[in-house]
Amino acid sequence: MDQKLTQQDWHKINFQNFEKKLNGQSFTPLHDLRKQAITRFDELGFPTIRKEEWRFTNISPITRIPFKLAAGGHDPEVVSGVIEPYTLKDIKHTQLIFMNGQYVPELSVSRLPEGVRVKNLDRALQEDKELIEKYLTKHSDYMEHEFTALNTAFISDGAFIHIPEGLILDNPIHILYMTSAAGESIVTHPRNLIIAGSNSRSSIIENYAGVNNDIYFTNPVTEIIAGENTVMDFYKLQQESAKAYHISALYVHQMRNSVFSSHSFSFGGSIVRNDIFNLLDGEGSDSILNGLYLAHKDQLIDNHSVIDHARPHCHSNEVYHGILDDKARAVFSGKIHVRPDAQKTDAIQSNKNILLSEEAMVDTKPQLEIFADDVRCTHGGTIGQIDENGVFYLRARGINEQLAKNIMIHAFAGEIIKNIKIDKFRDIIDKLVFSRLEDGHLKQND
Amino acid sequence: MLKIKNLNASIENNEILKGIDLQVNAGEVHAIMGPNGSGKSTLAQVLAGREEYEVTDGVVEYDGRDLLELSPEDRAREGLFLAFQYPVEIPGVNTAYFLRTALNEKRLYRGEKQISAMEFLKLVREKMKLVQMDESFLKRSVNEGFSGGEKKRNEILQMAVLEPKLAVLDETDSGLDIDALKIVANGVNTLKSRNNAIIVVTHYQRLLEYIVPDFVHVLYKGRIVKSGDRNLALELEKQGYDWLKENVPAQAVHVEE
Repeated sequence: MDQKLTQQDWHKINFQNFEKKLNGQSFTPLHDLRKQAITRFDELGFPTIRKEEWRFTNISPITRIPFKLAAGGHDPEVVSGVIEPYTLKDIKHTQLIFMNGQYVPELSVSRLPEGVRVKNLDRALQEDKELIEKYLTKHSDYMEHEFTALNTAFISDGAFIHIPEGLILDNPIHILYMTSAAGESIVTHPRNLIIAGSNSRSSIIENYAGVNNDIYFTNPVTEIIAGENTVMDFYKLQQESAKAYHISALYVHQMRNSVFSSHSFSFGGSIVRNDIFNLLDGEGSDSILNGLYLAHKDQLIDNHSVIDHARPHCHSNEVYHGILDDKARAVFSGKIHVRPDAQKTDAIQSNKNILLSEEAMVDTKPQLEIFADDVRCTHGGTIGQIDENGVFYLRARGINEQLAKNIMIHAFAGEIIKNIKIDKFRDIIDKLVFSRLEDGHLKQND
Repeated sequence: MLKIKNLNASIENNEILKGIDLQVNAGEVHAIMGPNGSGKSTLAQVLAGREEYEVTDGVVEYDGRDLLELSPEDRAREGLFLAFQYPVEIPGVNTAYFLRTALNEKRLYRGEKQISAMEFLKLVREKMKLVQMDESFLKRSVNEGFSGGEKKRNEILQMAVLEPKLAVLDETDSGLDIDALKIVANGVNTLKSRNNAIIVVTHYQRLLEYIVPDFVHVLYKGRIVKSGDRNLALELEKQGYDWLKENVPAQAVHVEE
């Protein structure tokens, strides 16, 4: 049996079924693109550890499961109960709810000033053809990236956000992707397109959650276009089921003097891969990439990033912290690419890890590719244990050993959490982390 | 209050303390002096309960209890305080949270009520005046980015908040300029009472001009080789530690036989 063919065939069958349901929409330019993408995915195949970018991340478990494309049709009342723990109760915000990849309008709440367009992609494909044509898939690379090709083949729903020029959005937009597989192995391909007009300000929270112990595969792709002078805070919280697979790609295209910050929190999932492709395509733009990952048992969490300094006077600052326990593994790969024209680039990158067990492992790989001469780039990675001097210091002040260890781990996470600009969201993340700590170890999320 | 008998301790099979005897009573200030490597800091760390050091012989009685049986946190809750020679930086833990948690752990241990955030703030503000620390330090991470002098003042602030029965000041004078030294000494003197005791571990006599000891002990090669009153410290200041090398080895050799 040709194993490779079989693995991709499941997704090709999904594609045929998906095509049938499109009815009249299968003759659009978008659908031509989908067809190209599935063909490209078929050519590329699933990445193996023989590929440099996947060297430490063996995704073969994902290839072995015949994931079925999730079906829609959810009872909003049922969904409302399932998503309840993941909603942002005390924060005034606009909310888009997706259940198994499909938009649930009944539960979505809009608190938006005039001019802002926030809707599901499916609707935007009809209503916002001009923006869709101009931006959708234009900043992602389905020719090279296998999972982006797979996602692109199934583009149908997701979040569509357009912030008009000069608009300051006070309240965050929360996009919640909830998955409840109910015994079926399902796959979803959320597709998000976020366009921030020049001089706008916004904050957006992507949130991926699942019913615990459900086996499913989430394969989201998000494209962000940050116009001139925009300020955008982008948060991603990944708290999938412990048995779920999550492979995501974020493409960020920054124009002149834009300030983009990403805050990635990866807590759940069995095999998790987050790719960020950040193109600094305008002079004076600024990118801040923060990340925190917690992994225990046999979780694997991989964070890959490419920061492409294409223009002069750009600044990037990437800091990822990881906490690992049991047999968990983490991968960090950060590439800083400085093009010949990108003089006065200032790039800082750091990845620090705390291992709470003997068996946990981290592969950290910072890479600098510098083709300009007047630049300042620094990078570094550390892997270590909880600082015993710190623990002793706390104990010598009367703080019990377990609490002392928890305080040390929490503080290490806190260095990333503190950068969250929405106070109440910061509290949510902080509590999520603290609730995972027990006697200096990571425990299961309740 | 504290009775040390024949205390022997080693780290990684290196014998550092080789039979220390020392008695400290309430209301007393003891100075422990000695050259580098004599075991001064080891003694301080062993008393605080640092697990890297192995106590191979001897007993330490504290307030009628076997100190060596207690965990570091229980020693602290029982009123033992070590002012660290090198206070540890703890990024991400703010000073106010740290102090309040420490105080509450002690209160909990004693069956006392937890201190509220408001009460705590009032208390800590008052104590900060003692060591002339600005309130802004409360919001900063413990010792992170503090200057040497600020770290030492922070140690004394912790002492002031926790009100120990027995305070061991490990080289608290090192790295301090004269002004900071006076502030630290003044803080310690204010906290001194008939009911508590202080052990000052130091290399130099300088600090003892401000914190006047009742007893001075000279530690050399892991043993107390000479004890006296504050005049001994002055004598050491004049003579340095070289005379020890001429006079003491006979004894040390004797011990090692």
